Amino acid sequence: MSAPATVAAAPAAATAPGRRRRPPLPVLLAIAVLAVAAICALLGTAIAPHGADAQDLAAGVRGPGGSHLLGTDDSGRDILSRVIAGARMAVVGPALIVLGAALIGTVLGLVAGYVGGWRDTLIMRVADAVYALPSLVVVIVLVGVVGGGYAAAVAILILFIGPFDARLVRGVTLEQRGLPYVDAARTLGLSRRRIMFRHVWPNVLPVVVANSFLNFAYALVALSALSFLGIGVDPGEADWGRMLSDNLSLIEDNPMAPLAPGIALVLLAVAMNLVGDWLYEQLSDRGRAR
Amino acid sequence: MSGRRLAGFVGRRLAALLGLLLVLSFAIFSLMYLAPGSPEQVLLGTRPASPELLASLRHQFHLDVPFLERYWLWLSDAVRFDLGSSARSGRAVTSMIGDRIGVTAFLAGYAFVVAVGAGVPLGVLAAVRRRTGVDRGVVGLTVVGVSAPAFVTGVVLLYLFAVTLGWFPSYGPGSGVADRFWHLTLPALALALTALALVTKITRTAMVGVLEQDYVGFALARGVPLRRVLVRHALRNALVPIMTAAGAVVTILLTGTILVESTFSLPGLGGLLVDAVNDKDVPLLQGVVLLLAIVIVLVNLAIDILYTRVDPRIAYGRSAA
Repeated sequence: MSAPATVAAAPAAATAPGRRRRPPLPVLLAIAVLAVAAICALLGTAIAPHGADAQDLAAGVRGPGGSHLLGTDDSGRDILSRVIAGARMAVVGPALIVLGAALIGTVLGLVAGYVGGWRDTLIMRVADAVYALPSLVVVIVLVGVVGGGYAAAVAILILFIGPFDARLVRGVTLEQRGLPYVDAARTLGLSRRRIMFRHVWPNVLPVVVANSFLNFAYALVALSALSFLGIGVDPGEADWGRMLSDNLSLIEDNPMAPLAPGIALVLLAVAMNLVGDWLYEQLSDRGRAR
Repeated sequence: MSGRRLAGFVGRRLAALLGLLLVLSFAIFSLMYLAPGSPEQVLLGTRPASPELLASLRHQFHLDVPFLERYWLWLSDAVRFDLGSSARSGRAVTSMIGDRIGVTAFLAGYAFVVAVGAGVPLGVLAAVRRRTGVDRGVVGLTVVGVSAPAFVTGVVLLYLFAVTLGWFPSYGPGSGVADRFWHLTLPALALALTALALVTKITRTAMVGVLEQDYVGFALARGVPLRRVLVRHALRNALVPIMTAAGAVVTILLTGTILVESTFSLPGLGGLLVDAVNDKDVPLLQGVVLLLAIVIVLVNLAIDILYTRVDPRIAYGRSAA
């Protein structure tokens, strides 16, 4: 888990330029998964069959069946309801990280690519150094020792993922810099800042959006790993990673107690990666058709 | 490529990596002062503060000398395998690491063999059978592999093969070589999956590019057997990106051991790291993290050297970085 998934080589299916293809079935399914996750994150406990924290200590842990579709944990809490409630943590944290990383990455990438010179060298050297570090270990150690909890984990992950966006934006900026519209803007006497942030920026945005889906999957896995280890999230909170570790000992009594949050986590991450890869493909197809 | 140029190249890389290690060691040393509370409080942990213990801690961790000199003393102790003693148990950090390192090394080595041993052939297969069902299946597996963290894979394997089928034990490291293999197979597979997906993905991409080259077509047209073309002509040229991925693989595996050891209750370094964090045992934490940093730096050096063996076109020190 040292780097967000790299972009898969786009299977170069030759398509007629200008014709929009319907997304393939896996991508449509992925979009459906994202929609479900978004609804659960928004409505959360309102659509859950039981209260996420409603305990029934007398009943204790039970397997799937009856009014509890996925059974209960050792405090008698409904697993399905807790998985639905956990969607909020699973969406909000990674979304914050992705937005922060995109912001930092876009600014640094534009400057590195457009201005160049020592700023480019500095930004890319720092990015190289960040790549080499195992992000999860750094977050575990810093959040564990220095403290700061969830917010600190989110902040550190932004600093780790930002350079990936920066490198990507730099590459696209270098391509854009040679195009006539940039020369035209420069001839008009527009400032460097204005050209970068008003004219080049919109052309960089699609790649950043596509990459943000891949970053989301990475951020989700990293945050869940932290809460699985009990770092950054309070015990008993409805978070998928935390649920998985809390319920690990119940695997014989109700396998769904640890499995369901894990499966939800993988489904969301796979869906993000599929949509991200597909968006990339669309972008490179568009580039080729031009 | 003369031996002297190789020695010069290795020397330059070694110097750069030693510099990196020095920066990392300073960051690790500083952890003591980033932790809330005074160094004395951090080092005492939960032990009662007696004047004798305080004095011995002040002496052992050189708290009476200036900061930079303290770093220097800490570093020279570390080079002599003296990483101080745990703030929790008072045991020497190096002996605590020594007790745990076997399980982690076995686990990571096992997973590395699985990831590379299965990932490279799968990637080659997908590239050769490109745009067929086989290729799509392999690509689909890599997406799942990259998305699934080791602790989820671990729980699924645990449920299927330990709880339901009962083929493998669900916890513990086992004793003796055969028993250890049996105990560590599920953890190693869980650990290997993410790395396996990465290796497969990179191998496939590199091989797809190489297989489109003219020399591959010519070799086949000359009647060179496919197997030989794949291994001698194509794979060798695809090896540089694959080796670059091997560096990331080691990082993934070392990070993954932390999660997998926790899932399968294994007494390894990952568990030690998590314990050290939860106990705020800074000397122990520093020891484990320093070891991780050294391993990662050494692996990167090894890969840099291997590059030049695989691809003689790589000019020493120019494009190998």
